Amino acid sequence: MAKNIKLRIWRGDANTGKLEDVSVEANEGEVVLDVIHRVQATQMGDLAVRWNCKAGKCGSCSMEINGKPRLACMTQVANFADDETITITPLRAFPVIKDLVTDVSFNYKKAMEVESFSPPADLKPGAARMQQIDVERSQEFRKCIECFLCQDTCHVIRDHEENKKSFAGPRFFIRIAELDMHPLDMLKNRKQKAQEEHGLGMCNITKCCTEVCPEHIRITDNAIIPMKERVVDIKYDPVRWLGSKIRKREGIV
Amino acid sequence: MSEKIQMERHNYDVVVIGAGGAGLRAAVEARTAGLRVAIICKSLFGKAHTVMAEGGVAASMGNVNENDGWKVHFRDTMRGGKFLNHYRMAELHAKEAPDRVWELELWGALFDRTAEGKISQRNFGGHEYPRLAHVGDRTGLELIRTMQQKIVAMQQQDKKDHGDAESFIKVFAEVTVTEVLKESGKVSGVYGYKRENGVEVMFEAQAVVLATGGVGKTFKITSNSWEGTGDGHALALKAGGNLVDMEFLQFHPTGMVWPPSVRGILVTESVRGEGGVLTNNKGERFMFKYIPDVFKDKYADNEAEADRWYVDQDNNRRPPELLPRDEVARAINTEVKAGRGSEHGGVFLDVSKRLTEEVIKKRLPSMWHQFYELAGVDITKEAMEVGPTCHYVMGGVEVDPDTAAAVGVPGLFAAGEVAGGMHGSNRLGGNSLSDLLVFGRRAGAGAADYVKQSQPTKVSESAIKNAQEKIAAPFKRTGGENPYSLHQELQEITHNLVGIIRTKTELVDAINKIADIRKRIENVSVSGDRLFNPGFHLSFDLDNMLLVAESTAKSAIVREESRGGHTRDDFPTMDAKWRTLNNITSFNGKEVVVKQQGLPSMPKDLFDLFDIHELEKYMSKEETTKGGR
Repeated sequence: MAKNIKLRIWRGDANTGKLEDVSVEANEGEVVLDVIHRVQATQMGDLAVRWNCKAGKCGSCSMEINGKPRLACMTQVANFADDETITITPLRAFPVIKDLVTDVSFNYKKAMEVESFSPPADLKPGAARMQQIDVERSQEFRKCIECFLCQDTCHVIRDHEENKKSFAGPRFFIRIAELDMHPLDMLKNRKQKAQEEHGLGMCNITKCCTEVCPEHIRITDNAIIPMKERVVDIKYDPVRWLGSKIRKREGIV
Repeated sequence: MSEKIQMERHNYDVVVIGAGGAGLRAAVEARTAGLRVAIICKSLFGKAHTVMAEGGVAASMGNVNENDGWKVHFRDTMRGGKFLNHYRMAELHAKEAPDRVWELELWGALFDRTAEGKISQRNFGGHEYPRLAHVGDRTGLELIRTMQQKIVAMQQQDKKDHGDAESFIKVFAEVTVTEVLKESGKVSGVYGYKRENGVEVMFEAQAVVLATGGVGKTFKITSNSWEGTGDGHALALKAGGNLVDMEFLQFHPTGMVWPPSVRGILVTESVRGEGGVLTNNKGERFMFKYIPDVFKDKYADNEAEADRWYVDQDNNRRPPELLPRDEVARAINTEVKAGRGSEHGGVFLDVSKRLTEEVIKKRLPSMWHQFYELAGVDITKEAMEVGPTCHYVMGGVEVDPDTAAAVGVPGLFAAGEVAGGMHGSNRLGGNSLSDLLVFGRRAGAGAADYVKQSQPTKVSESAIKNAQEKIAAPFKRTGGENPYSLHQELQEITHNLVGIIRTKTELVDAINKIADIRKRIENVSVSGDRLFNPGFHLSFDLDNMLLVAESTAKSAIVREESRGGHTRDDFPTMDAKWRTLNNITSFNGKEVVVKQQGLPSMPKDLFDLFDIHELEKYMSKEETTKGGR
């Protein structure tokens, strides 16, 4: 059931580039990554694309397909009409290295800025007791495969390079929420820091991140909104506000 | 390519090649010992193939069945490997796995829980008790993310203490290593290039840890990603190290078979652990026909008993779907060849009849997702089509069990899938994640001890020049062969001639054809320049895969028996003589050479853990009479 399909692939580097049209064979059940590989093997030996597992588990083949941030390994060719040209471009929020490969180091820098897991100092190996229901909240966020599609689509940084400095992005809001809800984490001011240091307040909950998440993590509803609500509670409750100021030095909020 | 070669120089105590579970665990250990560590990954940090491990990590914590313990785990591992395992590795692994899992919890891992709040453990093929700590069916991702975040935590501490987050551990992402450098017989560093821009990198280091994973991309149908090209196996061979038992490849019984584009992608063994049954196109639950004699006392021979086991494990034998992987893969292969397969050349795996939709989505979420999105199959309502896929190589670098030091190459260490010996002829599911934690840690510690006891070696300019010439070569040739087509040819050869069932004539054919490709690879030319150029990258991977394929074919032809992940149609049974022998592969610069070496025999205390009648099924009379060392 092979047929020929039309692709329009962005080719270039950090300085210059353009969309190039190619026609390539596609077989039943194939995903966009398969046809990109065929283009690579038969027409453009040096076409740059990242990929690893080809099963939606590693988050490497992130790109924009007809303008939508997607994993190429989880996008069926059959979803497009036979005569439709599929346009494939690199992630827009990050600088291009070559073709479909972008420099995603922004995300690794932000990861370094989130304070790590802090268990009780006297916790012994094997001694932790946690209920399934209590770990499940954080487990949802730990499903994240770091494809960075949420970061790419987030309009706070997508077209606003200047915001990158003060905005960690949805991937790291769920990381902070995960640690905040972790039954063994002892740092008490994570939400506050999300607001004050990681730019949580800049998010105006348009839910674009949740929409593109290939793991279907409810980024906005389960991580961002609960954190925003708690931060607001603390900020506008005069007693808690005063308390937080007094006890800030001890880091207990 | 006439431009001047750009090269970065780095200096570390330890270079870890590979950022999967074993590499990251080694790096954590070496850093903890106070050393400066470079982690080199072929992909981005956190993308390693370990993320694909689904089922869990085997550790006899006894949280679900308190009868479990290291001795039971050790016995299961040796049985699964058909007693070809290095006993000392299996012993260390069984003893240390629980500590390695608990330690992950202190680093932030969140495993699924039992009702008492302990780490939950699930059943898996070949494991006598529920033993696999897990997070749904994405355990590997949890391991990688936990260790990735542990490394970030250590870097944050280094920033506080030393002002620079990367003063002690630095990750070099998207770098390919082309060579382990040596001076005066000892490791002096590694050479490679950045995939992003082709800029070359030279690392001076006294110790190098290979943690490069597997070789699956040598085969046509595989669960492995593009990274599984046997780089560490080849680097070790070229550096003068040995590989042990490269004939043993694990074909995971359940890979996806349809649609073609997903052929080979793994379907976790947890599907069977959670109650999935295998049937052929006649609706027959065929595994009952394939219980080998050595396992008859542990596996149910009728459906009623097998079904009862799910509720009462103390009084019933296990369902045969949970036999070790080699047995299940061969059974599926036989069913399909006999014409009892599914439409697309697999068999049926069904969990929908035993579990509710809600439970399936909770316990096997990524399986549900994978089949629904890629195959249009709802596994809560219908059966999956599955068949064998090349999954894991038991063979690997010959190492000292306690320190993970590669035999014959001072300064070289190996851990995880790239190391051999631990799993014998067949690995049990769940034992790879525990393997990479236990031996990743030991390799990091081994490398640290070595560095502290030895003198730094400088890399010579001639070694650098040599390495540079090799990297430049494919660009200098024009009009040569396309690396993509040569790779496809190699995959056809291994799939057709060195696959799940082997015979002498086909292996001879394979060895000749591999030699032919070896000649042709010298003409490979690539288009484009050094900027993120996949064709260029593949030309190096191809060389590694060829060495692996040659090692496998040449080891397979001499082992005239069938055992675990090596099945000879012309020698269909186990041979007690071969149980005592390892095939040792080395490289003389032109071709791979295989010789036999005696397998170390178990000391008495381990020997006595087994029922003598069980050992009699595997060992010669002479061995059993002797009764261990």
